[in-house]
Amino acid sequence: MTEQQQKVSRADAGSFVAAPQGGAALEAEVLPGLLPAGAAPEGRRASLWSDAWRELRRNPIAIISSLFILLVVLMAVVPGLFTRQDPRACEITLSKLRPSGEHWFGTDNLGCDYFAQTIYGARASISVGVLVTLGTAILGILIGAAAGYYGGIADALLSRASDIVLGIPLVLGAIVILTVIRSRTIFTVALVLMLLYWPTVVRIMRSTVIGTRNMDYVQAAKALGAGNLRVIRRHVLPNAIAPVIVVSTINLGIFIAVEATLSYLGVGLSRPAISWGLMISDAQRLFRSFPHLLLFPGLFLSVTVLSFILLGDAVRDALDPKLR
Amino acid sequence: MTQAPAGPAATAAPLDLEEWQPVISGTPLLEVRDLHVEFRTRDGVANAINGVTFYLNAGETLAILGESGSGKSVSAQAIMGIIDSPPGFITKGQLLFQGNDLLKMGPEERRKIRGRRIAMIFQDALSALNPVFTVGYQLAEMYRVHRGMSKADAKKGAIELMDRVRIPLAKERVNDYPHQFSGGMRQRVMIAMAMSLDPDIIIADEPTTALDVTVQAQVMELLAELQAEAQMGLILITHDLGVVADVADRIAVMYAGRIVEQAPIYDIYARPAHPYTEGLLQSIPRLDLKGQDLFAIKGLPPNLMHIPPGCAFNPRCPYSRDICREEVPKLYRVNADRASACYFWKEVIDGAPKR
Amino acid sequence: MPPSAEHIMEVKDLVKHFPLTQGIVFKKVIGAVKAVDGVTFELRRGETLGIVGESGCGKSTLAKLLMCLERPTSGQALFKGQDIYALRGSKFKAMRRNIQIILQDPYSSLNPRMTVGDIIGEPFEIHPEVAPKGDRRRKVQDLLDVVGLNPEYINRYPHQFSGGQRQRIGIARGLALRPEVIICDEPVSALDVSVQAQVVNLLEALQNEFDLSYIFIGHDLSVVRHIADRVGVMYLGKIVEIGTDEQIYERPTHPYTQALLSAVPVPDPVGREERTRIILQGDVPSPANPPSGCRFRTRCWKAQDICAEQVPELVVRSGTDHPSACHFAEEREIVHVREA
Repeated sequence: MTEQQQKVSRADAGSFVAAPQGGAALEAEVLPGLLPAGAAPEGRRASLWSDAWRELRRNPIAIISSLFILLVVLMAVVPGLFTRQDPRACEITLSKLRPSGEHWFGTDNLGCDYFAQTIYGARASISVGVLVTLGTAILGILIGAAAGYYGGIADALLSRASDIVLGIPLVLGAIVILTVIRSRTIFTVALVLMLLYWPTVVRIMRSTVIGTRNMDYVQAAKALGAGNLRVIRRHVLPNAIAPVIVVSTINLGIFIAVEATLSYLGVGLSRPAISWGLMISDAQRLFRSFPHLLLFPGLFLSVTVLSFILLGDAVRDALDPKLR
Repeated sequence: MTQAPAGPAATAAPLDLEEWQPVISGTPLLEVRDLHVEFRTRDGVANAINGVTFYLNAGETLAILGESGSGKSVSAQAIMGIIDSPPGFITKGQLLFQGNDLLKMGPEERRKIRGRRIAMIFQDALSALNPVFTVGYQLAEMYRVHRGMSKADAKKGAIELMDRVRIPLAKERVNDYPHQFSGGMRQRVMIAMAMSLDPDIIIADEPTTALDVTVQAQVMELLAELQAEAQMGLILITHDLGVVADVADRIAVMYAGRIVEQAPIYDIYARPAHPYTEGLLQSIPRLDLKGQDLFAIKGLPPNLMHIPPGCAFNPRCPYSRDICREEVPKLYRVNADRASACYFWKEVIDGAPKR
Repeated sequence: MPPSAEHIMEVKDLVKHFPLTQGIVFKKVIGAVKAVDGVTFELRRGETLGIVGESGCGKSTLAKLLMCLERPTSGQALFKGQDIYALRGSKFKAMRRNIQIILQDPYSSLNPRMTVGDIIGEPFEIHPEVAPKGDRRRKVQDLLDVVGLNPEYINRYPHQFSGGQRQRIGIARGLALRPEVIICDEPVSALDVSVQAQVVNLLEALQNEFDLSYIFIGHDLSVVRHIADRVGVMYLGKIVEIGTDEQIYERPTHPYTQALLSAVPVPDPVGREERTRIILQGDVPSPANPPSGCRFRTRCWKAQDICAEQVPELVVRSGTDHPSACHFAEEREIVHVREA
């Protein structure tokens, strides 16, 4: 349980000896005095977003993860920056070489430079990850906001639809669908994952929207005569979107892993595409004698996924106290 | 000396100020001496309590009055030993319960006192009670755990407790959940839990703030009766000057982590000896007065991380002079029972007669 | 400014029942929470009408109804003779400019992600005809000044302000459209004692300066006494007594009002031994299942058979000088009033 959850559960679960309200009451007691009463240093924008950003900047884990993510993104966008070798220029005579000065990661079964392969492989993973995350986020925000804000029949229909899709397990469903699709590109794989995953984001968005729509400032806006669209755009969305940001960041890592899994199983990208998952699949049989073939893509994959998850955690901590 | 003369002498404190020493016969039930509590946060250190001294005798009701940020709840939590540490730290002081310093005790000993000898009632009964257990179960738990009673005996004890706090139909309601009770009834359940082990002291932290005024009257009356029966000491923490006037014997007014005035109840309302108390009394609208102008204390309570130098109240004080900005006033003797942390308490007390 | 005889708002028999439903897909109505059950009163121009009551009496629902944040089950609310619930579309939106609200909780009534300038300026964005675009910033700064805040704070965020200051921002927002009526829904209940006085004084000053009429809803009888010219007492969705502040506080006639007044703690220990409290028995009945006849009869020491059979109307009873909904209304001095 995170510390925040512990505070909440301590407040709920009363104990006859300890004060369940230690945390909450102390904050109410001490914090009003802490408020600088409008004394923010001049010239510094003190919006909640910039406060969160400042806090993120101070978090060493966030910095390290971001740097690594930046590295991997660069690898995906400008692979030429990292290697001059062509990953597809393979000489069968150079097959299965150990790492050396000439080939930093050695060569694979077909004699292709492994370092180049690893670098170029990042593109597939990042692309799928980003596409699916963006797609589910946009779908999730729109549908979730509509369902949460309007309620009634719209909510009932959208929620039941998302419940049905939620019932389909992600990886299994993806495998089944992708098996029957003939051309499997980054886009088709991303689309399939998007279609299976959007309900999760919808649920998160819907629940925070339901919480936000009852807030006093929403009532105040309506009392001023604001229409629904204005209320959603200016008041509900900015205050409800934080959990979606957190979840999306973590999900990026998960989707990268899922893409690798699908490619490993042979239902994701197929050759001649380069993907870490494909590399791992090929390297499996040769692991005993040539462990480097499995190690390098595996390492890059794990560290990339881990970076996104850690960054997501850091983003949640940065946004969390402001999540009201 | 009544008037501070103009010129350099205006910076000097009046010469006939004596520090106040409380005249206590015997060992008081609870004595807090020079307590200091700070909160170390990422943005700085908040000095929540800056030298608080008070005492409580058996059978007495002491009211600690203050607004948010005054440190009143933190004092209570310090006595109970439930301050989250970090970020809160007790940096100085003694908490003498029946002569023994609570701060020097080990955690086991402290836990034995907490809940048993000193009990606490909170403002919001709904979050202080566990929503997944029945009220009877939670009350009986006190007996099962602390007195080793059997389940059946403990349940009987629970019903008796509910009767004692006058919850109607106790026998039927013992199996109800907290959310099935109204606010006032829940508060009674909390009082029952606090009373169950016959404590020597009950600390009530804003017990009626969340209640309607008619229910508030009922609950305060109940507390007063139970206290008189058991001769307990009651520390009432509140911001409501009306509630205090009804039940308290003595009152300590807190501001920015210090006690600024301590006095018996009748004296303080008739002639306050501190500008803050005077300002508060003049700013509350009263049911029994017609056509008053509400006096508003100008300014805001201070940021606990940047308490103004000298007297913390000086930026808002109509009596403030140079010395107020330079030196922190101590608690000065007004008479044997009264103290005020103001250099010019004589002027305040002689001010325009109140009503 | 003394209130004029002209009625700026008239509320007639306002009713709001919230249906209680059972079932998830096919909802069946099994009852209703009668939050507001027939409320009638007038508001005169320039006056402050106080509405007091405890929790569950329906005053918050009444506030929402008056602000058209909820639609009534039946009844009318006339603003200058026109029923606000009968309006639609742009006329309805235009009506909003006349009646505004100040909310209770300073910590949730301001959007934490908008600057103070945006918050106060939003009314101008919604009703662009009130202020041309170039003029808006200046108007926002004027409003900040009027409520006693430094106009340079226009780019700050709500969390940088204290509770009292936030409430001032809320007041500035309510004033932006120059309404004629402001519904104050417990505006000082969540504030510290020393800050309450500042905000109450501000509200009074603004009323004089801008010729406002207030409906001041609260549970703190002392505050309401101070600011209101007339007061209505609510219990379980109905007004049980209404009159000038003098009539209600010095000569209450309804038993509930008397009990309420006697329960208010007076900040003066003198005479506390002799002070008699009318302690009410029992709990407030559920608004989903109010008692028949007079709703207060289950806790009233005067209850007789007629109280269960006949609903007492809010009329002036013999021997009294203001309307009261009790068959046995009788004047009784609860609060011993002195001059300030």
